[in-house]
Amino acid sequence: MTDTTFTQATARGWLRSQSRWSPFEIIFWLALLLPFFLFPTYLPLASQIAIAALFALSVDLILGYAGIITLGHAMFFGLGAYCAALLGKAGWGEPISGLLLSGLFAGIIGFIASFIIVRVQHLALLMITLGLGLLTQELANALTWLTGGTDGLRIPRTWPIFNYFRFDLWGYTGYGYTLAVLFICFLLSRRIVNSSFGLALRGVRENIKRMPAIGSAYQSHQQKIYAISAAMAGMAGALLAQTTSTVTLEVLSFNRSADVVVMLILGGTGRLYGAIVGAIIFLIARDQLAGVNPQYWYFWIGLLLMVVVLFMPKGILGFVSRLAGRRD
Amino acid sequence: MAETKPIVLQTEALTKNFGALQVTRSVSLKLPHGCRHALIGPNGAGKTTLINLITGQLKPDSGRIILDGNDITDAPVAARVRKGLTRTFQINTLFPDLTPLEAVTLAVCERQKVTGQFWRGLSAQQEAIDEAYDILEKLKLGDVATRTTRTLAYGRQRLLEIALALATRPKVLLLDEPAAGVPKDESQMLFSVISSLPEDMSILFIEHDMDIVFRFASRIVVLVAGGLLVEDTPDAVRSDERVREVYLGQAHHG
Repeated sequence: MTDTTFTQATARGWLRSQSRWSPFEIIFWLALLLPFFLFPTYLPLASQIAIAALFALSVDLILGYAGIITLGHAMFFGLGAYCAALLGKAGWGEPISGLLLSGLFAGIIGFIASFIIVRVQHLALLMITLGLGLLTQELANALTWLTGGTDGLRIPRTWPIFNYFRFDLWGYTGYGYTLAVLFICFLLSRRIVNSSFGLALRGVRENIKRMPAIGSAYQSHQQKIYAISAAMAGMAGALLAQTTSTVTLEVLSFNRSADVVVMLILGGTGRLYGAIVGAIIFLIARDQLAGVNPQYWYFWIGLLLMVVVLFMPKGILGFVSRLAGRRD
Repeated sequence: MAETKPIVLQTEALTKNFGALQVTRSVSLKLPHGCRHALIGPNGAGKTTLINLITGQLKPDSGRIILDGNDITDAPVAARVRKGLTRTFQINTLFPDLTPLEAVTLAVCERQKVTGQFWRGLSAQQEAIDEAYDILEKLKLGDVATRTTRTLAYGRQRLLEIALALATRPKVLLLDEPAAGVPKDESQMLFSVISSLPEDMSILFIEHDMDIVFRFASRIVVLVAGGLLVEDTPDAVRSDERVREVYLGQAHHG
């Protein structure tokens, strides 16, 4: 027994310290500005990474914090992408309102889907999310008049942000825009996971059986975070449509749903930054490996995934933070 | 005497079958305000099943459960907890990666209905945090409040089981073998903590150690083969022929 005297004040202080910004976080975000100066030719790739990171962040909120596993989250990414594309085609090219509307649309669909999601667990949950994803993709495939089917949609150039920053060919505006949206959504996610709601989500993840026994109607927590996550995934999809001016059925594909889970597992679940680190590693690896051999790059991703899962069960970030000796 | 105190929790002819096996046979039980009842019976008597029925983990095939005059037979588990009917588990059912402080704060926040507030930082819920810390302190868990639950000694985890239940401010507390797996000297300590709980809380506990039962229970309920055998004072139960037979019969076989 130690004789450190614990008091209410210690307890409060400890909880506050759990959500404090560390210098590493600030350095991390500053480092994300580097592509502007060091790798200007890679800005389009950097935008892709920021979009993938936002998508992975949305999955971390449900998978890493609320214990809801999914293999169909591309459904919401795709819904957001098509929503933004259709707005653009209809003549509304204002990016920020388009982004928010797309997120809202995906969020509403996510809320409706959540009524099924909270009724199942484990394998059944995987199958339901997978099934919903496949249904949505085939629906988009069938509605050719709306979605362009396999040809996809071409969208007129998105209007300048704030009527000032034009989307340029080099991708300066594109990366600035996607990074800003990623950062804002990250701040929001950080707030969510550090709230009493976030604590309840961790309770669901840690022991769903105990939750009702402490008086928690936890299904409503799960529904809420699922809708928030769907909205965020929808915004990621909208960013892709707005910055690339095209949308194809690929945005709804099973591959995209699976890749985002792989990114998250690589980076580490339940720590927000894992989503971003995972997206960076996955997309840079793909870019480099596809340059070496465009056909077999998934081989290396598969190998990397196995190494991480076997030797770093909490992902690359979990491994790093253990090396650094911080509380996990 | 206990008879004059108002009844807080009551079961009426509670029955449950698992296939052909009758695990609870028409159990009618009354828990008065502020009681300290022990629920005993040989292995397989259906003690845990009875608690599962009362708290809603299982649905009875027939019979009624009445809490404070309200029929709660069909209420979900969480709704019963919010009405003041809480249990602990025989096998630790905790949140392994949360600290005790976080876990108990969570339970307090659920009671205060503030867990939906995703826009407010947790550290802003000062009352909840202070209350959680006070509960932990009372259960001698203050010094480990910020350690991860999975790293706590087993005895401490048993106390945390109770701390989580207390955070819901129960009127009726059902303790399913609170000292299960705890060494004898520690279980005495555990029960002295239990006996110091507020007097207006009605408590029913399952326990196998008869020394503890006779020391801490004001009345004893004996369950055999799913049915209620006796419900009486410790002295009366001790000298009851039928109870003796059940336990001695067990001893002969064992």
